[in-house]
Amino acid sequence: MILYKDTLPSGKHWSMKMRRGTSLRLIDKTGNANVGMLFYNPENLLERYNAPDTLKCQHTFKLTKGHCLYSDMGRIFCAITDDSFGWHDTVCGNTNASMSEKKWGPRDYQNHRNSWKQNGNDAFLVEATKYGLNKQDLAANLNLFSKVEPNDDGALTYSVSQSKAGDFIDLRFEMDTIVLFHTCPHPLNDSAQYPEFEVEYQIFSSATVTDDDLCKNSCAENQRGYENNRLYHLGL
Amino acid sequence: MIIESSLQAEATIDREVVNAGDYYLKVVKKGQTVRILDLEGNQAADTLFYNANNVSERYSATDTIREQGNVYLTAGSVLMSNECKPMLKIVADTCGRHDTVGGACATESNTVRYALEKKCMHACRDSWLLAIAENEALGLSKKDITHNINFFMNVPVTSDGKLSFADGISGAGKYVELEALMDVVVLISNCPQLNNPCNAYNPTPIEILIWN
Repeated sequence: MILYKDTLPSGKHWSMKMRRGTSLRLIDKTGNANVGMLFYNPENLLERYNAPDTLKCQHTFKLTKGHCLYSDMGRIFCAITDDSFGWHDTVCGNTNASMSEKKWGPRDYQNHRNSWKQNGNDAFLVEATKYGLNKQDLAANLNLFSKVEPNDDGALTYSVSQSKAGDFIDLRFEMDTIVLFHTCPHPLNDSAQYPEFEVEYQIFSSATVTDDDLCKNSCAENQRGYENNRLYHLGL
Repeated sequence: MIIESSLQAEATIDREVVNAGDYYLKVVKKGQTVRILDLEGNQAADTLFYNANNVSERYSATDTIREQGNVYLTAGSVLMSNECKPMLKIVADTCGRHDTVGGACATESNTVRYALEKKCMHACRDSWLLAIAENEALGLSKKDITHNINFFMNVPVTSDGKLSFADGISGAGKYVELEALMDVVVLISNCPQLNNPCNAYNPTPIEILIWN
């Protein structure tokens, strides 16, 4: 059952607290979407999403179904319980004001009103500041729906096969989490025009996490991550 | 890319051996060159940089990776800040490849990667936390302990999206040398990790040399 849903066009930002036991579904309504995302623990804002810990403990460069998204404290903010796209980036960061202006022209509220060309860095700063966080709190973020492929020499390419209309990803939250997110373009997107897309997000109650859960059992590391969460909820 | 340095060790203005498990913290001025030397081979040097005049500007792995379009660091790589400005440039490298995806070990991440019982084993992030606690005047806090560079560490990324921690490609006497493009605080944890091949299961000393 969907408890809440809303739609954000490209170039927007928002934040919210996701409760343990709820899930967030993000749907690319139009294709070629990008969702920048960061996580913080509302009980201790110094605990936040850690991309390197997430990648290395699961021996992966891409993120998809079965992976967990870790904090720097060895805990799981959320698990990717479903994903129709298959490859989400977490090493390329954000557009910033000068990069966005170079690609797509200036951010100009006077002329473009709410369709102004917002950039990912400033979008995160606005949301972060609502919680007393600042630019020093910004970490390597997720870029959901964006595939960036490495070759054997480590060179990165913004893939020609990006997400299609209807692609979705489900995040099942395993602890209370402040979620900052934006719908600004991926920084390697070189489209001639500022990308226009729409992303729907839905919140629903998670199914019970069973012993044979896919994400919990996708590697021994994740079993230990879930044990760390169990200890955290005990108050340890 | 292998590029050797022409700088002579006798001409350094500062040199310091850093034992495994210790930290190194020093300011390198714009125009100076700093060399990180792997004395015995296969040793990871987990490194963070800050703008010495405004520490809220710091090394950013994501800005660096994106701007150079490559996940590995080597000679020619320009290390970018979170304001997407150049901080340092790698001007010599006899190792050929350095990691900036894999991050630093922490007691908490050790519990996930190896075993819950590993939680009290010394880790890089503990060294950094001690460094900033003992040097309060710098104004750094835990929020500044972030996504670092692992000099001499080999973390191959594959085209199908996998990541592995492979045997080091460094060896005794290999080094990487960086020219500072702004005044920078250099903060290094000489990695104490005993559980994976990044230090050949045997952490050893590194040496840091600075030239004008």
